[in-house]
Amino acid sequence: MKKLLASTALIFVGLTGAAQAEGKLSIYHWFEYIPQELLDKFSQEYDVEVTMDTFDSNEALLASLKAGKLGSYDVAVPGDYMVKIMKDEGMLDTFAPSDLSNFNNIEEKWLDVGFDPGRGSSIPYQWGSTSFAVNKDVYSGKPDSLALIFDPPAELKGKINVLDTAGETLTLASLYLGIPQCTSDREQLKELNALVQKAKADWASFGSDVAKDVLVSGDAAAGMIWSGFSAKARQEGANIEYVFPKEGMIVWMDNVVLLKDAPNRENALKFMNFLLEPENAAAVTNYAQYSAGVKGVQEFLAPEVANSPESNPPADVKAEFVQACTEDVQVLYDAVWTNLKK
Amino acid sequence: MAAGAPMGAGTTSDIYKGDAARLMMPTWLIIGIFLLAPVIMMGVYSFLTKEFRGGVVWEFSFAAYDQFFFDRGLFGDDPPTLEWTYIGIFWRSIWQAGLATIMCLLIGFPTAWFIATRDPKSRSIWLFLITIPYWVNLLIRTVSMKFLIRDTGPLNEFLLAAGVIDTPLGLINTDFAVQLGLFYSYLPFMVLPIYAAVERYDFALSEAASDLYAGTWTILRLVIFPVVKPGIIAGCILVFVPSLGAFLAPDLLGGAKTFMIGSLIEEQFKGSAGNWPFGAAAAMILLTLVLVILLIYARAQNKVEDR
Amino acid sequence: MAAKIDLRRFPGFLGITLICLVVLYAPLIIVAVYSFNDSTSITNWGGATLNWYVDVFTGPESPKFQQAALNSLIIAVCAAGAATCIATAAAVAMTRAGRFRGKTLSFALINLPLMVPEVVTAVASLVFFSAIGFTNGLFTILIAHTVFCIPFAYLPISARMQSISDVYEQAAMDLYATPREAFTKVLLPLMMPGILSGSLLAFIISLDDFLITNFVKGAGVETLPTAIFGAVKQGIKPNIMAISTLMLGVSIVFVTLSWLVGRVGQNKQK
Repeated sequence: MKKLLASTALIFVGLTGAAQAEGKLSIYHWFEYIPQELLDKFSQEYDVEVTMDTFDSNEALLASLKAGKLGSYDVAVPGDYMVKIMKDEGMLDTFAPSDLSNFNNIEEKWLDVGFDPGRGSSIPYQWGSTSFAVNKDVYSGKPDSLALIFDPPAELKGKINVLDTAGETLTLASLYLGIPQCTSDREQLKELNALVQKAKADWASFGSDVAKDVLVSGDAAAGMIWSGFSAKARQEGANIEYVFPKEGMIVWMDNVVLLKDAPNRENALKFMNFLLEPENAAAVTNYAQYSAGVKGVQEFLAPEVANSPESNPPADVKAEFVQACTEDVQVLYDAVWTNLKK
Repeated sequence: MAAGAPMGAGTTSDIYKGDAARLMMPTWLIIGIFLLAPVIMMGVYSFLTKEFRGGVVWEFSFAAYDQFFFDRGLFGDDPPTLEWTYIGIFWRSIWQAGLATIMCLLIGFPTAWFIATRDPKSRSIWLFLITIPYWVNLLIRTVSMKFLIRDTGPLNEFLLAAGVIDTPLGLINTDFAVQLGLFYSYLPFMVLPIYAAVERYDFALSEAASDLYAGTWTILRLVIFPVVKPGIIAGCILVFVPSLGAFLAPDLLGGAKTFMIGSLIEEQFKGSAGNWPFGAAAAMILLTLVLVILLIYARAQNKVEDR
Repeated sequence: MAAKIDLRRFPGFLGITLICLVVLYAPLIIVAVYSFNDSTSITNWGGATLNWYVDVFTGPESPKFQQAALNSLIIAVCAAGAATCIATAAAVAMTRAGRFRGKTLSFALINLPLMVPEVVTAVASLVFFSAIGFTNGLFTILIAHTVFCIPFAYLPISARMQSISDVYEQAAMDLYATPREAFTKVLLPLMMPGILSGSLLAFIISLDDFLITNFVKGAGVETLPTAIFGAVKQGIKPNIMAISTLMLGVSIVFVTLSWLVGRVGQNKQK
């Protein structure tokens, strides 16, 4: 038995040792957002072993890093407002523009952004919108309003999936009501609370990672979804239309950030530089079907992606970024959300 | 086991008397450090102050328990009344787990009875058949169930094609789907203890009772039930307790529409709520609930053995 | 009233038993059948194919799943091995060391992993590992698995021990065997069936675990259940069904093995 114990101990030691090898890169990324081929390409070009974990909401990313994962990942891909939160929480490392030879490939409009002025910790990844898609076989009218989700007609009742994150769902609800984000006005919050409470009776499910599948499989006839995810659902056979509601929609930008205490900082910077290469940024766009924030991607884009209705909203659509609320306001939104799911 | 052997089943010997501490040391260390200490630490966390967006501040506070039991309105400044939100979530979980347990009992008892009354050889084959699905990964079983009962899934396709129904049954994303998932997950836990109890039952007893003109119902109530009761109780506990904290079935089959205990706790640590002390408090309340149930069970068991 | 009621033959119980089996097996069989479906749309039948099984081993996602399967296997083997050693020592103490201080407490401690709800264990471990700054991927999973495997290994081993009389060891010691020899040469072989089924049980329990693993796993580490969860959350794809069917096959093989081992043990005892 001693021998058995000794050999078990040896394997234990082996396990801990194995994780410390050189030439690694550890990514924390949204699910279904980067083609495996691109990771393989990076892996080969720079002789780096890439591992990737996935999350399904900005909040899940933050929670996981807070719960002790900071220091084990090199780069992560948070959305705009989450970049600001992570920066305020001291979770991001900084780099100089000269660290990335492709830094000048960043599109001007994404260079000096509010959530990371001057891009000291992040680079643009992809941007898109959050709205909803509706199945044209089920709903024959002209979809143009968030009312289809929050006050649905009879044919959509009980066939709606909403995103399982407070940030996006409550922001779309606020847009529908025409109230500002992060409000502390009691009447407005009560109105918001009442709206989602009432609408919930008509919703079938809450799910972010299933958002595409429920539309393809027909489990849902309408569902909140991200623009590129909707395009993919359409290509997988769902007869859906992505709606640009008259009340407005959410626009967002995901960013690759350099995490504090990154175990492989050099490789992280190589990876960020790699993603600013137009060809590589275009590979992500072709896969995820959003839009890149990098100059010179057009020639590499597949035509159906470049011209997809989801990525080319009408010029007059109102679009808002999700805002990061202060603590005393966030508590109120959390209360509305818990109240909704109780 | 030879009846004449000096040591009966279940008794202990003291051959290695001096070695007890040495032999138990690994258990104490591993479970003590990596389970008992974490649980105690979580108990401590439940009395700390929450840090915004996850984490704790080392300041003593009742806030987590206060939030659980008292409602101060949406804005937190109404006079406190009893909070039904979280009690409601717990109650719903208890209710769902209870219904799943009853479903398991209704189907599991006759099954266990049937198997226990076969001849020994076919008994083990029946048991084997019942236990195999349990060894399939719970996740896969839950997903399979989801695939089967979804509106566009094989069950509805079949029933539609057969003309039994005109519209899909609409099972998915309902409370019933969750109960079905729990039932399906834990059914063998109900069958096995009842089987063990019925197998021990000597049918000569009921024949004797029958000879004394006892009716079927009387025999069931007065002769058989006392014998199989421990099995039924054990089965109910084995189904009820894991159902209470179940996570997969509500998420995959219930559409994650409402919090259950499991998802409520998870949300505090992995989701957007980020309130660790509150999650710790909810976990402690769940733990207390389960330990109380087990304690009552242990008491009842001891009473049975004392008789 | 009928002269004799045969309680062994309740009418309808066979029917319920069959319903029970149908409910248990229908989803698994359906998934197994659809894993051979030659169509990317999972709801339509497009003829039989083995493509999805080929995809499991050669497709773009296959390295991920293979790594996850390897991790699962390493963890299950190590956790079951460690838990079995610990549980064997504990079982010897509980059945062969007479009364000792803290015996009741020890018994409670062994069974603690069964009493604490899984989600509570998961959260407590997460908080604990994060507080002590211990985030090494596989290693945290391994420790957590070892903990909850101990009672599963302990139960069959101690059940077996309780039915082994100590006359054999006494006899060996009368013949001048040292206690150590009495243990390794006499008791251990007698315990073997219990140890085997205990370690198999622990192995399967470890292989099956999703919830605790999901909470404690470190960066870039997946086990098969967490990898499958990540995939099925986005929808049930045919390659997942193929993996599920393969896992079903492996489980059946293992259960059959442990069943046979158990039967051999029983026969020997007679």
